[in-house]
Amino acid sequence: MLDNLSLSLQNVVKKIAGARRIDPRTIDEMVKDVQRTLLQADVNVELVMGLSTRIRERSLKEKPAPGANPREHVIRIVYQELVDVIGKSTDVPLSKQTILMVGLYGGGKTTTVAKLARYFQRKGLKPAVICADSYRPGAYDQLKQLCEQINVPFYGEKDSDALTIVKHGLKELKGDVKIIDTAGRHALEADLIKEMKQIHKLAKPDQNLLVLDGAMGQLAGKHAKAFDDAIGITGVIITKLDGTAKGGGALSAISETNSSIAFIGTGETLDDLERFDPDRFISRLLGMGDIKSLIERAEESLAAEDLDVESMIRGRFTLKDMHRQLEAISKLGPLKQVMQMMPIGLGLEISDEAYQVTNDRLSRYKVIMDSMTNEEMRDPRIVGSSRIKRIALGSGTSLEDVRELLRYHKMMQNAMKGLRGGKFPMQKLMKRFKM
Amino acid sequence: MFDGVRKRLNAFRKEAKAHLKRELDEKTLERMLWDFETGLLESDVALPVAEDIVQSIRARLLGTKRKHADDILESALRDALGKVLSAKDFDFDEYIESAKKPINIVFVGINGTGKTTTIAKIAHRLKKSGYSIVIAAGDTHRAGASEQIGIHAKRLGVKLIEHQVGADPAAVVYDGVQYTRARHKDVLLADTAGRLHTKVGLMDQLKKICRVTSPDLVIFVDEMIAGNDAVVRAKMFNEVVGIDGSILTKADVDAKGGAAISIAYATGAPILFLGTGQEYDDMVKFQPEWLLDRLFEE
Repeated sequence: MLDNLSLSLQNVVKKIAGARRIDPRTIDEMVKDVQRTLLQADVNVELVMGLSTRIRERSLKEKPAPGANPREHVIRIVYQELVDVIGKSTDVPLSKQTILMVGLYGGGKTTTVAKLARYFQRKGLKPAVICADSYRPGAYDQLKQLCEQINVPFYGEKDSDALTIVKHGLKELKGDVKIIDTAGRHALEADLIKEMKQIHKLAKPDQNLLVLDGAMGQLAGKHAKAFDDAIGITGVIITKLDGTAKGGGALSAISETNSSIAFIGTGETLDDLERFDPDRFISRLLGMGDIKSLIERAEESLAAEDLDVESMIRGRFTLKDMHRQLEAISKLGPLKQVMQMMPIGLGLEISDEAYQVTNDRLSRYKVIMDSMTNEEMRDPRIVGSSRIKRIALGSGTSLEDVRELLRYHKMMQNAMKGLRGGKFPMQKLMKRFKM
Repeated sequence: MFDGVRKRLNAFRKEAKAHLKRELDEKTLERMLWDFETGLLESDVALPVAEDIVQSIRARLLGTKRKHADDILESALRDALGKVLSAKDFDFDEYIESAKKPINIVFVGINGTGKTTTIAKIAHRLKKSGYSIVIAAGDTHRAGASEQIGIHAKRLGVKLIEHQVGADPAAVVYDGVQYTRARHKDVLLADTAGRLHTKVGLMDQLKKICRVTSPDLVIFVDEMIAGNDAVVRAKMFNEVVGIDGSILTKADVDAKGGAAISIAYATGAPILFLGTGQEYDDMVKFQPEWLLDRLFEE
């Protein structure tokens, strides 16, 4: 997610960190790099120019805080300026409310509606969804199927106009959070904009969320403004951030509408919607790592008994522990997402293929372990060649695969011992993952 | 379209005229070129492409008299863009007319660019010209996709080949090819699920579709409003399946136009059509000259 933007900004940060003194020339060079990075991320040209001028001025004028070296000083200014642009994340209360979803066609509105319903559901509320897209063929079926997947009440009519559907839907549906999906439209379609205003008047939503394609270019700001003028945008959801798009358009969109980002869409499944946290987002851009969101995710999906860290560190790291650990990792979500939340240097330089290989490998390990007896799981040392043969046959893998698993376990065991001493050979582990 | 570039171009002309006799020194040129590059960026031309264009102009402008700068700039720019935009001389209608039937056309692209709508538009266009069309519902993944294309097929009166949800898309397209051949139809239009170019498994699936059904044309569908990412994904799709042509949708959304340049640059394949609305007739042939003329309007 936001790979390229983060990577190149990280290079900038590294560059400054490498410079010995902060003089006007270094700063000019750095500002140019920041400009290029932001432009490549589709941030609006004017916004970029304004931002870089302020960074240059402040870096030269302001005295570093006592105790901070010049480098930290500049990094902090870049960070602060970005915070200024991005602002706070939109407040989405977990209470009874109606949400109107609008945006251009093809931005991912319908999928995001289902994701949002799933989000509220996960938080323990009862969402309900209305499909007011009476234009696009298949929109009704798409949203209905998605809602069935997550057991969320759905309302739609196949041959009515949007206003009638919303009217009936709001009456029929019971739930805490009512989410209305509307047809994709753009600012020049006068009749569709009029329809949107009417729906807005009728439904009196608490939130008007604009769904914005993460890859959208310079038009994003203008486009967002048109929606804002019509009904007032309270928040933005950026989609498709699991590709290579950098979502810089969102920055222009929020500065044009005086709103903020509420969520980001990060994948194909309905669970792939994250609450937007500006601080965390910028930290990630600047390569300062983001363990916080990893922890949060872990809290959501893991029960306490899943990981017995204590016993692992004490050195009794058996295959059973490892099995549980692999289960836990897969519960955290795709490995790539987990890794990206780790601080710089751990996960960022792994190619997609390597992730794929690692994922495959981990699931193969689980299969092999499922073919082992309890005794073997507790004490892998008893696994000799005839047992290896049996396990390989039982799990449909090769002898080499089973041996590899045993080697991997041994390595993990050593790593855990290392952890007890306070040193965690992450580099070595990652190397192992990559091969 | 291209407001940013046009504005800069005019400023450039004005400045060049101010000191007719003086030579363009490096410093002034750098400033002017940076201004101009900003204009390209504002029009959504991706950064690497904009830099390349500026680089080729710089070489031709350095050391010339200001008097000529204007003309040189315009011709250099026309050259650079013209080369990009008419990458291969290719006429879709001529191709359909002359190629051996049946023709198998596969549509690819990321999610939400408008592949399905585009297929309906192409089907409509070809049907009007008297060809017999079959559509293969190769998007077996997205909820509601086969209903969407099914409605289009019914409205257009075109045969639809489909399997159940979750089926192997390569098999659907293959069936489409078989059907088209057996019934002596002219053109098969194969839809595929939108996929992000970073999903290895899905890109492999696309490779498989092309391997199994050997399409005559692979058409990349993307949107006119895309920014820098357009280059990245066009390149990736081109590497994986080889793109023969692109169709850009959402051109009616006050698009800046730069995406067309970026995508043609990244794929080296021609832009065939622009999607300009929601109706079946809302699709126009892309004319490089038309785009260039928009650029140089004073």
